[in-house]
Amino acid sequence: MIKSLHKRESDLANSNRQLEILSNGIFQQGELPKFKDKIAETGQFPLKAKKLEILQINVGYMCNQVCEHCHVDAGPDRKEIMTRETMRQCLEVIKNTGAHTLDLTGGAPEMNPDFKWFVDEASKAGIKDFIVRSNLTIIRANKKYYDLPDFFKQHNVHVISSMPHWTKGKTDKQRGDGVFDKSIKALQDLNAVGYGMPDSELRLDLVYNPSGAYLPGNQASMQKDFKKALLEEFNIQFHNLFAITNLPIARFLDYLIASENYEDYMYSLVEAYNPSAVESVMCTNTLSISWDGYLYDCDFNQMLNLPVHSKVKHIKDYNEELLDGRTIMISQHCYGCTAGAGSSCQGSVT
Amino acid sequence: MQKTYYDPADLKKFGKISEWNEELGSKFFEYYNSVFKEGKLSEREKSLIALAVAHTVQCPYCIDAYTGDGLKRGITKEEMMEALHVSAAIRGGASLVHGVQMMNKVNKLEM
Repeated sequence: MIKSLHKRESDLANSNRQLEILSNGIFQQGELPKFKDKIAETGQFPLKAKKLEILQINVGYMCNQVCEHCHVDAGPDRKEIMTRETMRQCLEVIKNTGAHTLDLTGGAPEMNPDFKWFVDEASKAGIKDFIVRSNLTIIRANKKYYDLPDFFKQHNVHVISSMPHWTKGKTDKQRGDGVFDKSIKALQDLNAVGYGMPDSELRLDLVYNPSGAYLPGNQASMQKDFKKALLEEFNIQFHNLFAITNLPIARFLDYLIASENYEDYMYSLVEAYNPSAVESVMCTNTLSISWDGYLYDCDFNQMLNLPVHSKVKHIKDYNEELLDGRTIMISQHCYGCTAGAGSSCQGSVT
Repeated sequence: MQKTYYDPADLKKFGKISEWNEELGSKFFEYYNSVFKEGKLSEREKSLIALAVAHTVQCPYCIDAYTGDGLKRGITKEEMMEALHVSAAIRGGASLVHGVQMMNKVNKLEM
């Protein structure tokens, strides 16, 4: 198993170093156009937050996997975990916000010792769409997690899980040896309690992201291929596939640089820039909360330590009026969300 | 004058072909884009055919384009290699099957 950048004491564990690489890269093909200038061409700068729709809470960076592309740099060696006190502060906001979606992410959110308590409490708030981003293998990692499919069902949780391919080779290469077999078993366990079945209200969606330095293909076509292969090979069903672009952050940035793909990848993002995707980028309707309660425009900005541009910096001081309409913090990594059909935690945006 | 016949950067300039003949260029690209749309064959199947043909005609631009296209579509390296063997088999077979012509001639002329 590879180690996190933090454990390796890599330069890239430092978010300032990542931003420096992203902002100052002068390539053989010339200087990369600034994202700020690109969106200004179509009068979309500054990018402003709209009404809050999605509250995404990162309950900790600890994970049982160490995926090669992880923008969180998550892993078993990461100890940053949200406390129950911060969870209580989040619950206050969840109860009072008009957001229709609550999205728990990590790391593996299930590894937070207070995860079940938090889900129990949060599910009482009556949020329309309550998402848990599960890496699947956690469900099969240890007996104490075997009951997760039933627990999710009991709380009507919408499960969104990563599955980079329907073949073992591509999946294990990106996510680690043995991940594919465990993921298949976990999906079968979820299907067994009703998740992902065609008429079921128990939502099970999959996230596809490329296993290398290229952009995702058409989401609808990929979904068709995934559905066919998973059903024929493993009798697995799911609802939607979200195709997500890998952003040049943390371990994916490390991979791009080490494999000498960084320049070409950045240019491929710029060449695929789609101004109509800018309209719907997730940072404009999302608020990302870190394990220690700080506020960011998105999970990527959280990892780059680019906090919200607002007087309100922490969940304990949450004030929707002050946060609505804030200027979104942008940098060169934002090209990842505006390439092609656009990319968000809910897949394509156009 | 550039030192090599092929430059990977030229692939991105393919569309410029229309600049010297707008009518024919536009017609070609319209046809090209229609060909690769889903029909009786899926876009995925067409991408694999394109990859195999690219190797048959030994077009480095096309190999670059359709290897990348295949990866985006989730086509595995094993599927790509199988498609190439189809290309190689037909290409090899095309040489060998002409051996029948050689054999016919030899059989006709030799005592």
